Amino acid sequence: MNATRTGWLLWLALLVCAAMAVLGLCIGSAGFENTVGLLLGEHTPAIERAMAQQIVWDIRLPRTVGALAAGALLGLAGALAQGLFRNPLADPYLLGSASGASLGVALALASMGGGAGMVGGSMMSEGGAAISVFSSSIWVRLGLTGAAFAGAVFAVMLTLSLARGVQHTLRLLLAGVIVGVVLGAVTSLVLLFSPDSLQAMQSFLLGSTSFIGWASYVLMAVVWLMCVVAPWALERVLDGLSLGEATALSLGLPIGPLRAALVAVLALATGTAVAQTGLIAFVGLAAPHLVRALVKVPHRQLMWLASAMGAVLLGGADLLARWLIAPQELPVGVLTAVLGGLYLLWLMHRGGGALGGRKP
Amino acid sequence: MTLAHRLTALVLFSLALFANPAQAVQVTDDQGTVLKLARAPQRIVSLLPSLTETVCALGQCQRLVGVDRYSNFPESVKKLPQVGGGMDPNIEAIVALHPDVVLAALSSRWAQRLTALGIPVFALEPKTQADVQRAVGKLALLLEVPDGQKLWRDIDAGVIAAAQSLPPNVRGTKVYFEVNRGPYGAGEASFIGEILTRLGVQNILPAKLGPFPLINPELVVRENPDLIMVGESNLESMEQRPGWSRIRAIRERHICVFTSAQSDVLVRPGPRMAESARIMAQCLADKAPTAKATPQ
Repeated sequence: MNATRTGWLLWLALLVCAAMAVLGLCIGSAGFENTVGLLLGEHTPAIERAMAQQIVWDIRLPRTVGALAAGALLGLAGALAQGLFRNPLADPYLLGSASGASLGVALALASMGGGAGMVGGSMMSEGGAAISVFSSSIWVRLGLTGAAFAGAVFAVMLTLSLARGVQHTLRLLLAGVIVGVVLGAVTSLVLLFSPDSLQAMQSFLLGSTSFIGWASYVLMAVVWLMCVVAPWALERVLDGLSLGEATALSLGLPIGPLRAALVAVLALATGTAVAQTGLIAFVGLAAPHLVRALVKVPHRQLMWLASAMGAVLLGGADLLARWLIAPQELPVGVLTAVLGGLYLLWLMHRGGGALGGRKP
Repeated sequence: MTLAHRLTALVLFSLALFANPAQAVQVTDDQGTVLKLARAPQRIVSLLPSLTETVCALGQCQRLVGVDRYSNFPESVKKLPQVGGGMDPNIEAIVALHPDVVLAALSSRWAQRLTALGIPVFALEPKTQADVQRAVGKLALLLEVPDGQKLWRDIDAGVIAAAQSLPPNVRGTKVYFEVNRGPYGAGEASFIGEILTRLGVQNILPAKLGPFPLINPELVVRENPDLIMVGESNLESMEQRPGWSRIRAIRERHICVFTSAQSDVLVRPGPRMAESARIMAQCLADKAPTAKATPQ
């Protein structure tokens, strides 16, 4: 029965994602409009058709699927973190990985000509390469993702060494919070000395899905595939861990190295999402909880479900962000917090116990 | 009435006799606070660049004894002691300068601290042309500068002259002014937008969106502006934004990139408004598509 329910939930989430993808084509600066009809209609004037084609293909489609992919990455990272640390409070940002990722991006910007968006020459000159947080050139995207990943790995290493390994969950959480705060302060310091990067970072720190292009989307999709496969192989560890460390050890699981591998996957997923969309709060924390409140599943399925749930959350937030006050936008991070938060509150109010997740 | 009371009354009375009421200055600031000073302030600390510029434009630069860290015009104010920023001023440094008055933006949280320490705060925050006119008038009253409105008339005439200098076919050019890569744009309701309107160009962001709306980048693609204005510190690979390469201004490279010194002039609602209009007029004359088509 549980299996069917899980299947239903996954299908339902995928269906919602698909619906949002179609809706995403129709929602933009003009609010809701039937772009699909405009594209397929026979009587559409050529100019309007070209404009609609461009807007749908170049802007709305990559942005919509990009938001879904980023949400999936964050949901996956959240499920991983909560499984790894057996703590319902754990989220991808917990180990300081998000602060590390943003420090990486800030340093990259500050070193690449102040993040003013350009290296040499005027913007329009042929030779002048331009660099910005939301640039969509694949090389810039890869570079920033690399910087974010390096920062995330550095932060996680720092956390792990401060906590003297991963054995002690409470110490790990504490170390993660401390590293997060310290690296956040260092980021502010870097920005203080490189005021040109400040504006570039501002939209980054608030999180934004506005400028997701095809390059970002492909990158996130590839990383997500890589990340979802790894825990698949390691799910026995996660499920073992959820029974407690002693039990897992007595089951003969090689906890140490596998846990390190999962931490690396966590950093990769977080770093990739952060490099494309900035810091979007709450998706990673809320998505696994929402899944667990609905069904009780082993980790292999939780990875998929949490990804789907994260995609639904961020995809929905992205749609609302551009719809509610079009042609203006709301910061998408604010909406994820409101959406996820209200739903979590409702679940808590209704169920009480359902939200505890796995009690350590 | 006790003896002490009588003595106090006597002292107050004699003080009132000696203070010449005609010399006293009384001006209401934008917050509605009535500022009464025995005489026009001689030592002024300004915590807002546009107010610093206004004091100097009124010819009273020598009365400034301290400024915030962002005030950088005219050149002479760079030599003055800096007392922090408008949001985070160094109260101790301000008190040490013994100012007669501190000029600051509205709703500054620390204003009460200064008032409690006996330093009056005069709050003004120009955001629109009308605000600039009012600020010039109030500061002229406060500093007892005769005919403060002459400064305003000069500024206004400068804006009109800049608008008249434009070739007629530049009017109606569709412009997008990006203030921040959020992307935040300058709408018609902003100070920048007001000047653009006076130059006769068409802003793609209507007044109903507010002064500096965070917009959906798709809107710019859809509106397809003829010309884009952007500050160099916000300059970004606009071409690479999804879908932006087909915007007319980007395709045909009608983009004005302002230096940070120019951006300072453009974003500060103050006495350099006419210069701001000239900078934007120059941009239009150089880069507007119709300007290029005009045979010289």
